[in-house]
Amino acid sequence: MSFDVVAQQPKLLYLLQGIAAFTAVVGLILVALHRGPIRRRGAAALLLAPALLLLAVGLLRPGLRTLMLSFTDGEGDSWVGLDNYVWILTDPQALTALRNTLTWVVLVPVLTTVVGLLYAAAVVRSRFRALALSLLLLPMVISFVGAGLVWKFVYAYRPAGADQIGLLNQLVVALGGQPQQWLVDSPWNVLFLIVTMVWTQAGFAAVLLAGAIAGVPREMTEAARLDGASPRQIFWRITLPSIRPTLLVVVLAELIATFKAFDVVKTMTGGQFDTGVLAYEMYDQAFRYGQTGRGAALAVLLFVLVTPVVVYQVRAQRGAR
Amino acid sequence: MNGVRERLASRTFSVIAVVIAVLWTTPTFGLLLSSFRPEGEIKTTGWWTTFGSPHLTLDNYGEVLFGTGNASGRLADHLVNSVVITLPSVLFPLVLAFFAAYALAWIDFKGRDALVVGIFALQIVPLQMALVPLLKLFSQGWLFLPAWDPTGPARFGHVWFAHTVFALPFAVFLLHNFLAALPRELIEAARVDGASHGTLLLRIVLPLARPALVSFAILQFIWVWNDLLVALTLSGGTADTAPMTVKLAALAGTRGNEWQRLTAGAFVSALVPVLVFFALQRHFARGLLAGSVKG
Amino acid sequence: MRFGARLALAVITFVATVTACGAPHGSGPQSRTATDCGPYARYGEHAGTRVSVYGPDRDREADLFEETWADFAQCTGIDVQYEGDGEFEARIQIRAEGGNAPDVAFFPQPGLLERFARASRLKPASAGLAALAKRGWSADWNGYATVDGTLYGTPLVANVKSFVWYSPKFFRDRRLTVPRTWSELMDVTEKVAASGVKPWCAGVESGEATGWPLTDWIEDVLLRQQGPDVYDQWVTHKIPFNDPRVLRAMDTVGSILKNDRYANGGYGPAKSMASISYQEAGTPILPGDCAMHRQASFYAEQWPKGTEIGPDKDVFAFLLPGTDATSRPVLGGGVFAAAFADRPEVRAFQEYLATADFARARMKKGPFVSANKGVDPANAANPVDKLAMQLLQDPRTQFRFDGSDQMPAAVGAGAFWKGAVDWIGGKSTRQVADSIERSWPSH
Repeated sequence: MSFDVVAQQPKLLYLLQGIAAFTAVVGLILVALHRGPIRRRGAAALLLAPALLLLAVGLLRPGLRTLMLSFTDGEGDSWVGLDNYVWILTDPQALTALRNTLTWVVLVPVLTTVVGLLYAAAVVRSRFRALALSLLLLPMVISFVGAGLVWKFVYAYRPAGADQIGLLNQLVVALGGQPQQWLVDSPWNVLFLIVTMVWTQAGFAAVLLAGAIAGVPREMTEAARLDGASPRQIFWRITLPSIRPTLLVVVLAELIATFKAFDVVKTMTGGQFDTGVLAYEMYDQAFRYGQTGRGAALAVLLFVLVTPVVVYQVRAQRGAR
Repeated sequence: MNGVRERLASRTFSVIAVVIAVLWTTPTFGLLLSSFRPEGEIKTTGWWTTFGSPHLTLDNYGEVLFGTGNASGRLADHLVNSVVITLPSVLFPLVLAFFAAYALAWIDFKGRDALVVGIFALQIVPLQMALVPLLKLFSQGWLFLPAWDPTGPARFGHVWFAHTVFALPFAVFLLHNFLAALPRELIEAARVDGASHGTLLLRIVLPLARPALVSFAILQFIWVWNDLLVALTLSGGTADTAPMTVKLAALAGTRGNEWQRLTAGAFVSALVPVLVFFALQRHFARGLLAGSVKG
Repeated sequence: MRFGARLALAVITFVATVTACGAPHGSGPQSRTATDCGPYARYGEHAGTRVSVYGPDRDREADLFEETWADFAQCTGIDVQYEGDGEFEARIQIRAEGGNAPDVAFFPQPGLLERFARASRLKPASAGLAALAKRGWSADWNGYATVDGTLYGTPLVANVKSFVWYSPKFFRDRRLTVPRTWSELMDVTEKVAASGVKPWCAGVESGEATGWPLTDWIEDVLLRQQGPDVYDQWVTHKIPFNDPRVLRAMDTVGSILKNDRYANGGYGPAKSMASISYQEAGTPILPGDCAMHRQASFYAEQWPKGTEIGPDKDVFAFLLPGTDATSRPVLGGGVFAAAFADRPEVRAFQEYLATADFARARMKKGPFVSANKGVDPANAANPVDKLAMQLLQDPRTQFRFDGSDQMPAAVGAGAFWKGAVDWIGGKSTRQVADSIERSWPSH
């Protein structure tokens, strides 16, 4: 392996410069915070300014541009009114994506939370808690692309009679069944993609919920036990209500993640076999098909669908305080 | 009676845990094992047959690491690029989001709630739609911002910028959740003592917020390290600036037929985040937990 | 804090180790043995300049390109920076819109090239390049890179899609002869099927592009049944996608591929095609589980290592026959080089790519087909590439470019692929053709 040290030095130098420049900016902000009679509003402005500036340039502006583009045609240069939205509501392909997305947002958060909760409840008092939680988190670390690869391999299909290379078909065959094309046969293939998504997300839910369960005061469960409550009753009547805020956080975070899910579909089916979801269809339309307007309209629709979730989340937090 | 039921319940729970753990690790294990099998065998027999006749090889890894692919043998270059990209992309949003979260949680000002909702909502702007405007910004400038179109290592700046921007909404969201849940009395007490916001921020809130900061840093590290979309669009694809993910994606072969390399590549690329994760996982859980328990 | 310090220390140590453990700087590409720069003198001196090139080819294909133009780069002083991307089609759009276009892009689809030409992003060809294009390629080929009468690029790579791969030994053993007409082809098909072997194998799984081998099949048959004129009308949407003649072509393909007696050899029911990757689809030919596999010239690289290609070797290919023995319809595809910049060094590089010298040099390095008339097919790396080049240069050939590559991407790289997959999965011809027709963008 030829490795050129000299070629690396400008990179590392630039890295140092970058960090130094950033440190200088941060330093200035802190100095300004310390010195001078800064009023509340001034302090807030100073602290928020860098983040808000970046957000305005990097996300808000693109967001508004997308909104505008959603009323234009393929090249994004002539107005077409609501045509793109009409297209979403009439095109079979877009409707399939919409239907699949709704299936995803119902199933993924629910399954993820249930698996995470069961697992968290089971391992939370265990000596191997940290290790056990890490096992579930591993899929997240190897990335969506890696996860897609892992599951494509599980679902791999070989015709009946041949050696199966996919675990799932091997099991089916071992039980006397016929090998199935899991990722091909609609509509069930959507569920198999959802399994992959749940697989990547459950660890996150389990970690959060394990923490919440561990935080339930022992006196409460002890008291209930002395009163003769069964473990199941304790779980339902005491643990669950105590961790409600965390449950909410988990479900909502999963909802947002699910709406944005794109990589799993991309690596596993490429949106074929009626498995497309809105986030993926948007990418196809805007970039692969050059239909910028339709892509933008799909993005806006996604935004509209997620907004209630975000608003609800903020409200819930306000209420908890 | 109670004791028996309890033991039964706890046994049920243990069984559930074991089943889930097995379900969650077996697929990865299968792929890991496959990555050590010869190409021909991966494509014709199941990985479980390896237990009958172990026939393992490092060929796939050899090909990925030292293969004669495009810009061959320069994986080390790409590794350095990944490090150079990841460090600032974790540090910058961490600090900026901490500042913003502090202001949103502990300074009262008009329009604060709307701002919180607004920043949260930005989480949903799809990255894909933000890339074109961002590229335009770099190549043409915007309002008072001049064009910024460097060559060579300075292109890392683009990638840092993009990752920082894209990370901010979630970072602010996470840290704000955490900071807003800190005990009010602590901060009020310090305020009464006449501490400035600077002092509060550094002396009181920062140490308390450490678990949340560490959690975010780990999440962001994993995200940036595994990112392909931003890297491919902004880093320019050559050994000068492209991270490992770009290089590994190229290894799949033009017609996607070399996926035994992808198997090995996925694990090579995941090695660093897995190590970081296992080194820090204790802190990771703690940070996420502390935030939500009181949330 | 202590923890943070430890982390920082670890990172610094890591970076330092990585930085320190390499070999000293020395042997770069500059210190290679002297090359003969005579042939490159006409491109001029462009020392210190750089040309960025962006294309879909990665890995080995990318290496071969880079090796081919290395001498050019060294002699002219141009630093040619090639970047290959598996998602070229999507990302070229992002980069061009963002003002970050490469100097030269390799477009695998004329439709995509046209989109950027219409958006005034591509630079028209220089007079010198146009002259080279005229000398090197037929009017047909140059036509694919011409938009509204203006030439924007030159063909770089070509391939012939109308090949049927087979095992000469399998044919010999069963006393089958290579068919020269469509009815002979169906005779062979029936004979093989009667002997208990499914004659055809196919696989259409190809990631996001899943379905493309099926669209090639349909185009090939339409071209044969209705001739080039109807084919062109269909591609340009002068006749609707669901024209009865198109339905007939689809049904002909269906009578082979959707027929469990004829397909999918070596893999089971016809439906299995959706799960079989196109790369592995032809392999049942080697053990004799399948007799024929219709796939392009570039399938030569998909055979397992050690498979020999030739009329009396392990595998070979014949041209998918037309309705009679005299007609020679050929469906093909190609890649076109076009430029987003017109700096002198970009022009020089473009002109170099348009020469027969480049194609010859590239063919010496490995499998490659060029439609350049000035290149002797004898240069080809394998007999199928040679056959492909002979067909491309034969004046009797009726060449037509892959239709899905010329249709709007929403159809050609979307609805058509997806529809074809649904069709193989059991949907009716009519239903699928109607829905593809509906997806044709109105503007």
